[in-house]
Amino acid sequence: MLQKGIAAAPGIVIGRAVVQKEEMVRYERRILDQDEVAAELARFRESVRAADLELEQVKKKVRHEMGEEEARIFEAHQLFLQDPEFIGAIEEKLECERVNAEAALEEVRDSFVAIFESMDDEYMRERAADLRDVSQRLMKNLLGIHDQLQADFTEPVVLVVHDLTPSDTAQLDREKVKGFATNIGGRTSHSAIMARTMEIPAVVGMSDITEQLQTGDLVIVDGLEGEVHIRPDEAVVAAYEAKQQAYWKQKEDWARLVHEESVTADGHRVELAANIGNPRDAVQAVENGAEGIGLFRTEFLYMGREQFPTEEEQFAAYKAVAETMGKDRPVVIRTLDIGGDKELSYLDLPKELNPFLGYRAIRLCLDRVELFKTQLRALLRASIYGNIKIMYPMIATIAELRRANQILDEVRAELRNQSILFNDHLEVGIMIEVPAAAMIADQLAKEADFFSIGTNDLIQYVMAADRMNEQVAYLYDPYHPAILRLVNQVIKAAHQEGKWVGMCGEMAGEELAIPILLGLGLDEFSMSATSVLRARDLLRKLDYKSLQETAQHVLTLESGEEIRAFIKEEILNKL
Amino acid sequence: MLTKTFTIQNPTGLHARPATLFVQKATSFPCEVNVIKGTKKINGKSIMGLMTLGAKLGEQITLEITGEQAEQAMEELGKLLMSVHG
Repeated sequence: MLQKGIAAAPGIVIGRAVVQKEEMVRYERRILDQDEVAAELARFRESVRAADLELEQVKKKVRHEMGEEEARIFEAHQLFLQDPEFIGAIEEKLECERVNAEAALEEVRDSFVAIFESMDDEYMRERAADLRDVSQRLMKNLLGIHDQLQADFTEPVVLVVHDLTPSDTAQLDREKVKGFATNIGGRTSHSAIMARTMEIPAVVGMSDITEQLQTGDLVIVDGLEGEVHIRPDEAVVAAYEAKQQAYWKQKEDWARLVHEESVTADGHRVELAANIGNPRDAVQAVENGAEGIGLFRTEFLYMGREQFPTEEEQFAAYKAVAETMGKDRPVVIRTLDIGGDKELSYLDLPKELNPFLGYRAIRLCLDRVELFKTQLRALLRASIYGNIKIMYPMIATIAELRRANQILDEVRAELRNQSILFNDHLEVGIMIEVPAAAMIADQLAKEADFFSIGTNDLIQYVMAADRMNEQVAYLYDPYHPAILRLVNQVIKAAHQEGKWVGMCGEMAGEELAIPILLGLGLDEFSMSATSVLRARDLLRKLDYKSLQETAQHVLTLESGEEIRAFIKEEILNKL
Repeated sequence: MLTKTFTIQNPTGLHARPATLFVQKATSFPCEVNVIKGTKKINGKSIMGLMTLGAKLGEQITLEITGEQAEQAMEELGKLLMSVHG
């Protein structure tokens, strides 16, 4: 039987399931006799003490394996265990209402979760998840449940769970857990991100996969297609073994291209770069053969915390990426792109009717100059450690570009006065993601050192279609002639001024888009690190000269479907 | 009992990190610490209590401290509330 889910991490795993159901944690609510209360209280306190010790261990392990940031989650969990309002309320309930510890814990937890969840603040909802996680730990200690996830598996297994909490993930035996499937979650959920970091195949959002499978069942998790096969027969297993072999073989072939050049069959050279979200991703980018960072989203430095990052924190992050990439590989760092749909709990912005058309990115930075200056100072200071380039997001007018550059000049002057070193020749470019910017690209190209086309936003602005809205999804089409013509125009305008053009949207890594973008003259393709080698493999089979003509022909076609069909039949199928 | 009112200076209000520091500091004193905002009064040694107050930049909160080392606690906790980077 086959069930569809969301492909969270690529690869295929065939193995025995270890199923952990939610309702494993079962207890009965009981009213205690007066003389039982003291013993029950002691039992509860022992579970708290044990949980604290466990968290100390988990924290160490996580700090060692994943880093300080992740370890901090568990520090917060420990604080919950010491909280007089939480632990105190449980003890009070136990003593006054004379209920058993399990019931007292669950009832107090639920009341706090309800408060946190009603606060309509993403940060608080995360705290509710932490509170659940820590309560679960206490509950298991009370019930004496030995967590299956902590078991020493004797053979490779596929985990089938409701969801993977941070605690679960930290305790996984990475040698044995070869893949997983979860009931809930999306591509950006905690479990999906962990799977990609751990490089194990995963499918999430399976709704009731824990009900479909029993521990010991044979299962296939196909993280490429986002499918799970439940108790497959021999024929299906054989077919997937072949698919698995093919995937491994392909990965091997691609891996050989790590140190090869990104050059077409007829000798035209482009740059294949990676989009990253934090300094650690840069290491993965290098391992995957990226020749640079085409987009470093700096939002991670600002999100999931309680206050603005200091100049020193930012400097350390930018310097780390610059050093990882070295002098030869450029690192394009985008200045803060926040506001609108991307909220910061501590940046108290009013709710907007049209967040995508609102107070965000460069608009916010030009308004909150101190915030912007702190980032620019950190960027400039880091610029001597590698090949850093600065990029402003969401530029719509030439006045915005000039104002941003003016602020940058002020920061440069400040640094000079303080005798702080920075790279005087650092390139400063802009994202082309507002249609207005694409239309005046010829003017902008005179004052920007480079462009990077941000297709994710550009498409939704050009087509007036919200990319999250399924009912207008048909309009969100990167291959619509309007998009390709605009891309063509932007590249031409930049080249006229001798400037280079990159692309850092999803489109840059797509097999169908690469031949056309190449033919239009795109100089840099920036994509997720794991797509780089596949793109290089394709690039090396393409012929730049003939694609220049083909691309011009494609611009005359009438629809996205027509264009996609043309690329498939006339280019890809002929390779 | 000592009481004193402060205006929150931290741009992020009394969110998790500042709240964590506050609780850690409060817990290090033997005295009783209550935090009052409007009509709500919570235990200053509770991270959950403090976060549910949701105190923001510019809002006033009152500390009510009773017991041993109350003066020292008031001074140090007040400093945390008034700090911008705490």
